[in-house]
Amino acid sequence: MADTAVHAHDDHAHGDHHDDHAVHHTSTGLSNNKLAMWLFLGSECLLFGGLISTYMLYRGRHSENLGPDQVWDIPFTSASSFVLLMSSLTMVLAVTAARRHDERNTKVWLVLTALLGSMFVAGQIYEFTTFYREGLGFTTSLFSSSFYTLTGFHGVHVTVGVIILLSVVGMMIKNRIPGDKPEVVELVGLYWHFVDIVWILIFTLVYLIPA
Amino acid sequence: MSDLTETTELGDGHYDQPNEAVKQSVDHAEHEADDPRHIDEHPGDHWTDMQFVYLALFLAAVTAVEVALSYTIDFWGPFFLPTLLALMLVKFFSVVFYFMHLKFDNRWFGLLFYMGLVLAIGVYLAALFTFRFFDA
Repeated sequence: MADTAVHAHDDHAHGDHHDDHAVHHTSTGLSNNKLAMWLFLGSECLLFGGLISTYMLYRGRHSENLGPDQVWDIPFTSASSFVLLMSSLTMVLAVTAARRHDERNTKVWLVLTALLGSMFVAGQIYEFTTFYREGLGFTTSLFSSSFYTLTGFHGVHVTVGVIILLSVVGMMIKNRIPGDKPEVVELVGLYWHFVDIVWILIFTLVYLIPA
Repeated sequence: MSDLTETTELGDGHYDQPNEAVKQSVDHAEHEADDPRHIDEHPGDHWTDMQFVYLALFLAAVTAVEVALSYTIDFWGPFFLPTLLALMLVKFFSVVFYFMHLKFDNRWFGLLFYMGLVLAIGVYLAALFTFRFFDA
């Protein structure tokens, strides 16, 4: 019994490479990478908070016939939201597969997440093009400027996320991920889910609440 | 726990003192929960894939309800905005707690995120009040 306890202790102390919840050998005992990612996401709240509040201030500053109520296509944007929401599911499934050290499924879920993210970006490009053809340019009004800046910044974040996802898959195929693979996938997942929660706010505050 | 620290019979009727390594191991286990650096193996720590699928379906359903609400504003009247915002927060924190694992992760990660979130909400609410957004 005593031996079992001692071995259990040793396993805990030396098992960092295969236990996601082991104490890391850092001054805090936590993964510095994960701390940095959460700090980054906290700072991103300030960026998107500024863009959302700017949009809220200027949403009424438009001409008679080119306001939110005239240009929004709610069914289309709802479908885009559903796609992004499902990409969060595939991302979390990639993270759980990575924790199980199931590399094949991790890659499959990451590629699916990238595909869904690409679909969302494609939808946003289509939406922007449609609005532009209807006469809503970037400098048409304060409403259009703040709308394109907010949703454009979000679209850039999704695009960067897709690039990161595909890069991670490429690195996994070439076995070039340094250190803890599950943690790398988890960090990418945190970024991706953040992009999703920002869209949850944008979808409600920008599209569903009438001006 | 007590069976780990019980003394060992040496065979001649004497009992040895508890092994120091065993004592340290037990102390370690007992204090792990209090150690801020330790991440508990919480029972709800690792959801199954099916649980994540159910959560995603729930979030999709909430989104559908939100969209339905936006088409029936007149029916909901003054309850429209609070209901919509409540549903938005349900979706937001469901993703943060479960997909981002914050509910089960070390509290320091949450602290860093919530610091940014609360700061952003405070700063931009102040800005919106300054510009008399809510008066309109």
